[in-house]
Amino acid sequence: MANAKLWGLKKSPWVFHVAAASCNNCDIEILDVLTPRWDVERFGIVLVGSPRHADALLVTGVLNRKSLSRVLRVYEQTPKPCLVIGVGTCTCDNHMFAPSYNVVGPYDKHIPMDVYIPGCPPKPEAIISGVVKALKRL
Amino acid sequence: MKRIVPIGPYHPLQEEPEFFKLIVEGEKVVDLEINIGYNHRGHEFIAQKMTYDQVPFLVERICGICSDSHPYAYVMAVEDAAHIEAPPRAQYIRTIIGELERIHSHYLWVGLAGHFIGYNTVWMWVWRYREPLLDIFELIMGNRNHYAINKIGGARRDILPEHYGTIEKYLDLVEKKTTMFTKAVLDDPVIRARLENVGILTKEDAIGFGVLGPTARGSGYAIDVRKDDPYDAYDKVDWDMIVFDEGDILAKAKVRLLECYESIKIVRQCLRDMPDGPIETRVDEIPPGEGIGRHEAPRGEVFHYVRSDGSNMPARHKIRAPSFMNIPSNVVAVRGYSIADAALVLAAVDPCYCCTERTVVLENGKKKLTGHDLLRLSRQKTEAIRRRYRR
Amino acid sequence: MKKEYSQAVLDEIGAKFPRASVKIHAPRRTYVSVPRDDVYEFAKFLFEEKKCRLSIATGIDKRDGIEILYHFSHDPSGTYYNIKTLVPKDDLKIRSLADFLPAANWIEREIHELLGVDFTGHPNLVPLLTAETWPADLYPLRRDYADEHKELKIEKTKEDH
Ligand code: SF4
Repeated sequence: MANAKLWGLKKSPWVFHVAAASCNNCDIEILDVLTPRWDVERFGIVLVGSPRHADALLVTGVLNRKSLSRVLRVYEQTPKPCLVIGVGTCTCDNHMFAPSYNVVGPYDKHIPMDVYIPGCPPKPEAIISGVVKALKRL
Repeated sequence: MKRIVPIGPYHPLQEEPEFFKLIVEGEKVVDLEINIGYNHRGHEFIAQKMTYDQVPFLVERICGICSDSHPYAYVMAVEDAAHIEAPPRAQYIRTIIGELERIHSHYLWVGLAGHFIGYNTVWMWVWRYREPLLDIFELIMGNRNHYAINKIGGARRDILPEHYGTIEKYLDLVEKKTTMFTKAVLDDPVIRARLENVGILTKEDAIGFGVLGPTARGSGYAIDVRKDDPYDAYDKVDWDMIVFDEGDILAKAKVRLLECYESIKIVRQCLRDMPDGPIETRVDEIPPGEGIGRHEAPRGEVFHYVRSDGSNMPARHKIRAPSFMNIPSNVVAVRGYSIADAALVLAAVDPCYCCTERTVVLENGKKKLTGHDLLRLSRQKTEAIRRRYRR
Repeated sequence: MKKEYSQAVLDEIGAKFPRASVKIHAPRRTYVSVPRDDVYEFAKFLFEEKKCRLSIATGIDKRDGIEILYHFSHDPSGTYYNIKTLVPKDDLKIRSLADFLPAANWIEREIHELLGVDFTGHPNLVPLLTAETWPADLYPLRRDYADEHKELKIEKTKEDH
């Protein structure tokens, strides 16, 4: 607990949301988590506008040739230590897009992942529980 | 002096990553370059490696908001190729889900447009009352999104008679709330000032670019597949097409809000008239041939073309989403407006909530303006108008 | 109900374009095959005189060439007119429609990059969807396309800013 960043992360994780080639549903469910029915801002989880302010990255969708370098760039810009949370089946194993010519493979080949939240899309409850589990691991 | 403002490709509110390059002179936008492909997954390629019955699940995952529209158009394309007709009950079920999806998608747009002009209350409200719709979907199909209701020759799930009452109850709530939003949005002088006479797309441009859906209907170009080429239950129910002539963002917002009422009307009539009977026909094989399916998605006409060579996989499957036609029209719609309006204009066609984040103005290689600033500019403008009205 | 499919349009097509052959698949779905040189004039006729809207174009790899379909929609009657033409493999060229029809701009770029058809006269025929690192002579929607992409090195694409 000497690390102030880590302490801040556990107290009130600020997340940045990165959509690679997703179908938006995961993204919408992430936004849904912020809206009144779930309202995670109560717990200090805030969606921020820049990766430089973020403690955790929520990634969605498969990686394609064009989005890969952008995702890597966002990852580089995030101050470490940071959590990388994969939301949706797409992030786990390329989902049904695996045969495509433009998909460059699962995330863990490119960036270290901490948690996967399977589901297509995962329910908001599942997203919250995934984030909580990720925080518990620290 | 000309400067370039890149927008995108990432933004916390975006639905899909895209990249816009605004070319500005002072405060005015003079041109726009669009760069897409961050989301290209090669659906048409994968579809040729899947069987006819698997493809609906694939095309559903093109877009999470139109996740009923793509499979709908796809199954109609295959039904057109093979001359199959779905049984009446299945037709009504598909129509109901299609219309419920329209309401939920329009709500989503209203909420995000509110966020863009700095009215987060609108965003939170509207999204709150979107939840009952998702509850209906969960009740009928077991998933909040990605419904998997369409099947070649019918529907995959039935709407149970004991659920009619619940759905009606939710619809009453949704209707009440739609009235509330319509009043809140259209009567607010500040919102009016932000939306009126901004981002005008003329009818000639609308026709030339072939824009679709609310974007076209807001420019006085009255096209709607549900009226022009009625399918399933759409010619058995009574509803009106909403058209406005102004072409500005307010007109598009009005089209979307008023369409919610029409959708509620359609769903009510469908529930009332729903016939009994089977929900699917048996499909043995898809003969060689070709077929076209079109469905009016919330954003406009979805077009699918399927060619069959007699095997169990499509030989070619062409998918055209409405945004493919709508987004290029931004080039003319955004020209001549200020940077503060640009975010809103680009969002007005309801594309993929274009990524104002990570925006940088480059002047001689130096960073001048960031993505937040674009959103901030937009909000400052709202604030300024608001102060003017208070006086 | 809307007014049904009109025979008058078909007669006009027959009179103006004698080389066109018409196939009616369903009441509101018409396929018209025309030779490659007639496509431009035919599309112009549909767009300007018949007030049709270009919905999209499809490219299909066939054994003897690449077939291109232009799907035009006539909204007042709900009819789809599909222009069909074959571009032979040894001369993959066709005249672009983008000069009078802005709607054709993006789809011609897409067909160019995925199937390798050249649209002569197109203002800006650069790839639309694939990354800059994608090899220019590899067309994923062609039939002879093998899974070469598996070995393609994943390179960094250029920064946007
Ligand atoms: S996991 Fe499913 S819902 Fe999420 S982005 Fe992938 S396809 Fe869409």
